[in-house]
Amino acid sequence: MSSSAFVKQLSGDFNNLEKRLSIWEKLNLDLPLLFAIVVLTGFGLMVLYSATDANQADMRRQIIFIVLAFIVMFIVAQVDVRVMRRWAPLMYVISLSLLVVVLFFGSTANGAQRWLDLPGLPRFQPSEIMKIVLPLTLAAYFSRRSIPPRFKHIFWSLVLVGLPAVLIAMQPDLGTALLIGVSGIFVLLLAGISWKLVGSAIGAGVLSIPAMWIFYLKDYQQQRILTFLNPEKDPLGAGWNIIQSKTAIGSGGLYGKGWLNGVQSRLDFLPEGQTDFIVAVLAEEFGLVGVMLLLVLYLAIISRGLYIAAVSNDMFTRLLAGSITLTFFVYIFVNIGMVSGILPVVGVPLPLVSLGGTSIVTLMLGFGILMSIHSHGKTAFRYAN
Amino acid sequence: MINDITLKDHTQERRIFLSRLLIGGIIALLLVAFIISRLIYLQIYQYEFYSTASDNNRIYSQSIAPTRGLIYDRNGVLLADNKPSFNLTVVQENVRDLDASIGLIQGLIELPDEEVAEFKQRLRRRGVPFSSVPLTFALSEEEIARLAVNQYRLPGFQVEAQLVRFYPLGAPIAHALGYLSSITEEELRSLNAEEYRGTHQIGKTGIERFYEPLLHGQVGYETVEKNARGQIMDVLDRTDPVPGEDLILHLDSKLQLAAWDALGDYRGGVVALDVETGGVLAMVSKPSFDPNLFVAGISQTAYSLLNDPIETPLFNRALAKYAPGSTMKPFIGLASLDYGVRTRDYQIQDPGYFILQGDSHIYHDWTWWVTETGHDLVNLAKAIYQSCDIYFWDMAIDLGIDRMAEFLDQFGFGKNTSIDISQASQGTLPSRDWKMETLGQPWYPGETLNSAIGQGYTEATPLQLATATMVLANKGRWRQPILLKRAGLLSEDIQHDSAIPDISLQNPDDWDFIHQAMQDVVHKDDGGYRNNGTAYPYIAMLERMPYHMAGKSGTAQIIGMAADFDNDLEVPEQFRDHALFISFAPVENPTIALAVFVEHGEGGSGVAGPIAKTIMDAYLLDEQGDVKQEFLVEPEIIPEQQLSSVAPSLEAL
Repeated sequence: MSSSAFVKQLSGDFNNLEKRLSIWEKLNLDLPLLFAIVVLTGFGLMVLYSATDANQADMRRQIIFIVLAFIVMFIVAQVDVRVMRRWAPLMYVISLSLLVVVLFFGSTANGAQRWLDLPGLPRFQPSEIMKIVLPLTLAAYFSRRSIPPRFKHIFWSLVLVGLPAVLIAMQPDLGTALLIGVSGIFVLLLAGISWKLVGSAIGAGVLSIPAMWIFYLKDYQQQRILTFLNPEKDPLGAGWNIIQSKTAIGSGGLYGKGWLNGVQSRLDFLPEGQTDFIVAVLAEEFGLVGVMLLLVLYLAIISRGLYIAAVSNDMFTRLLAGSITLTFFVYIFVNIGMVSGILPVVGVPLPLVSLGGTSIVTLMLGFGILMSIHSHGKTAFRYAN
Repeated sequence: MINDITLKDHTQERRIFLSRLLIGGIIALLLVAFIISRLIYLQIYQYEFYSTASDNNRIYSQSIAPTRGLIYDRNGVLLADNKPSFNLTVVQENVRDLDASIGLIQGLIELPDEEVAEFKQRLRRRGVPFSSVPLTFALSEEEIARLAVNQYRLPGFQVEAQLVRFYPLGAPIAHALGYLSSITEEELRSLNAEEYRGTHQIGKTGIERFYEPLLHGQVGYETVEKNARGQIMDVLDRTDPVPGEDLILHLDSKLQLAAWDALGDYRGGVVALDVETGGVLAMVSKPSFDPNLFVAGISQTAYSLLNDPIETPLFNRALAKYAPGSTMKPFIGLASLDYGVRTRDYQIQDPGYFILQGDSHIYHDWTWWVTETGHDLVNLAKAIYQSCDIYFWDMAIDLGIDRMAEFLDQFGFGKNTSIDISQASQGTLPSRDWKMETLGQPWYPGETLNSAIGQGYTEATPLQLATATMVLANKGRWRQPILLKRAGLLSEDIQHDSAIPDISLQNPDDWDFIHQAMQDVVHKDDGGYRNNGTAYPYIAMLERMPYHMAGKSGTAQIIGMAADFDNDLEVPEQFRDHALFISFAPVENPTIALAVFVEHGEGGSGVAGPIAKTIMDAYLLDEQGDVKQEFLVEPEIIPEQQLSSVAPSLEAL
């Protein structure tokens, strides 16, 4: 096919497209992604209604946050993300400063200093902002550098990842620190970092486990891992959560006990049933079929995200979309993995389903970026032609 | 050129990115597959296991202990009650610092460290979080008050009520009723564990033990749904427990207390039987113990007091075997008449001692120790009312041990004939066969002499003596002794046919002859010294009696006396003779049969006799000292009267 014919066909396609440009595309919204998210949040609210024992206040708060999150997503989708590339270094510096500030002036909850009360702003966790800003910064960094990255660039990018991760780990919030680190690492991996390096890094990580165990992990963190390895050792204490969540999941069977009939959560056997362990409630009430439906919805979102990353036409948006999508997957895997007993318990909510507003807003902000990448990418290409 | 390179770079970069993205996607899919396989494992393969675990979490089949049946005496007086008791229980999850709290409690109430250790064991065994575990039992009102004042400092601690057994009459009736106490591990193994889920105590002795299956009732069940804090959210199913049967005993608590008082400071045992039914009217063993101590859980020091080697308050003397002494004489005398060995008029000359041919030993009568003379001319009647040993020794040679044993066996000696007094000793009824079987030795003629006066191998319990006296009073008609009158307040009295055949004599008039001889023991006064009844100076001589009482004394030797023993010396208590007295009254219409045993009481007639008379009076006489109307009329219409006198007092409860 000659290049002129190719261009002609492409422009023809786009002309057709422009004719059929739907209301969704005018609004910069990605219909498949939006559809999957709406169904998922709807399903999530149903499960939450049961998990909170029809608690009016919790439900109202969650619905308000979901609506707010959709608005945030809509607004972000209107902005061309490429504009943000320029602002990325500044955003990184501001976010990092906030992480420093929270260490000194943050308010303490559950033994960790994570929340920041700034006058004129709602209470928020700076680490939530970093979840978006770090992939953005790294994507911007590598989009200007050669692919695969050179060693020097890898080093500096690791510094960029390490600074916020260490600051968050100091709060202490090891789970979030690891997930933020992972979102940064994903950018490196997608940027083509050599497998040799990845392999030796993993090797070094495994070798450092004993040293980490002795010098770094706190008692309660060690306890969590020991409990994960043998929950029956202390069934009424540390092992209680995981035993009860496995019981909830297993007793759900293939079809579940039916909506609002989950006894494990209704009778308070399942702790954190509205938040981190909500998938156990879902599994108990809707059975394997219900969890499969949930996974299908998640996979729909992830595959759409990967598709957007794949068809995106510049390295910045590719890396950004890829990192956001894969990090989203890690959240799902870590949460369901810990609730079903294949990973130790780390405080990670189930994306878009667990009770808790901030994480939903952050996630939807991410989806807004994905939609922006897709929508503005197409228009950019169109304008380029 | 530059453009080319950039373009080439872009393609290359895009290729690298896409391959990495593809790998990322594949890994994600693999991990999702891993999660799905995990879920299939949990929800399909392990479904049964977790489904059961989930039900076990929330569904509890808790047993509801049945209320134990109450025990009344024949007049509706409550003998065993269920009373609320208060325990201190702990919900560990609600306690801030368990050891500190227990320390605080130890400052408020008496709580020994051993009890705390036992509590910690119970705490470890509990299955469900938020379930309450008892720390200590039977709090006093003062202790409850002290805990209530400090409640704010003791989160997680709570005073809970529970029904426990209470015996209002305490010690005097303890040996008849028995008592409840904690179920031991050993008992738990032999019990129906289902029936005793939720029940902590079981009858250990007496009525409480024998009628345990009746008193206990049937356990109930409640299937409930509990939440994680142990709160009951819903009752799914319920089977009510069936309360235990209320028992009405033949026992007359007034007579029981009268017998207890009549024994005074002596140790001993008393059994009184209703001649008409065989019902046990009184069963006393003194000293006794407070059965309520065992219900609450007896302390080590209190228990060691109950094991005093001389007082032995836990030992039931009414059911223990002792040498019956001369109380056997009416029965053996009757045997000599029935076997034709003696006639009523046959007389001997009693010199005060007896020599058995071929035996160097000289057997002395009790009179010998007093005056070194005998009873002069003695026939059977006099041999009974004067308790002449020589007559019985002389007769026993002709009667022989085997016929003696055969005859006494009909009166229930050597076996436990009671229906519901399983702890009674069988006593000993010696014979040639018995000695060969038990000791592997042949019988010696001298031993027949001992048996003829209720000494030697012969042993009988106060219960057996009372039973034999009842059969004697009944002229051979058997009634087996029984404590239980009826089970259930509204049911009929228990009728039971005696499993032991009635005794028929060759000449039934012999019954009246023996009755008369026994009446003479108490009432015969003509002829003065050595011609009156042995008990006459201690009973009928002292006051006019409105009824006739038949009796026979017994003074059983603990050790043999040397021939030159100085009778004026004080004998140390543990070597003094046991005193016994059997009796029935009124002689014309026997209503009550009685056996009194006084440990180291020395005088059968002098000590045990007056005690028997006091007990008889308590049963037979009204407040004016006249014989009660019911004992003057024919016994046929008595049951109706008794029923109507019981009913109102039961209703009042």
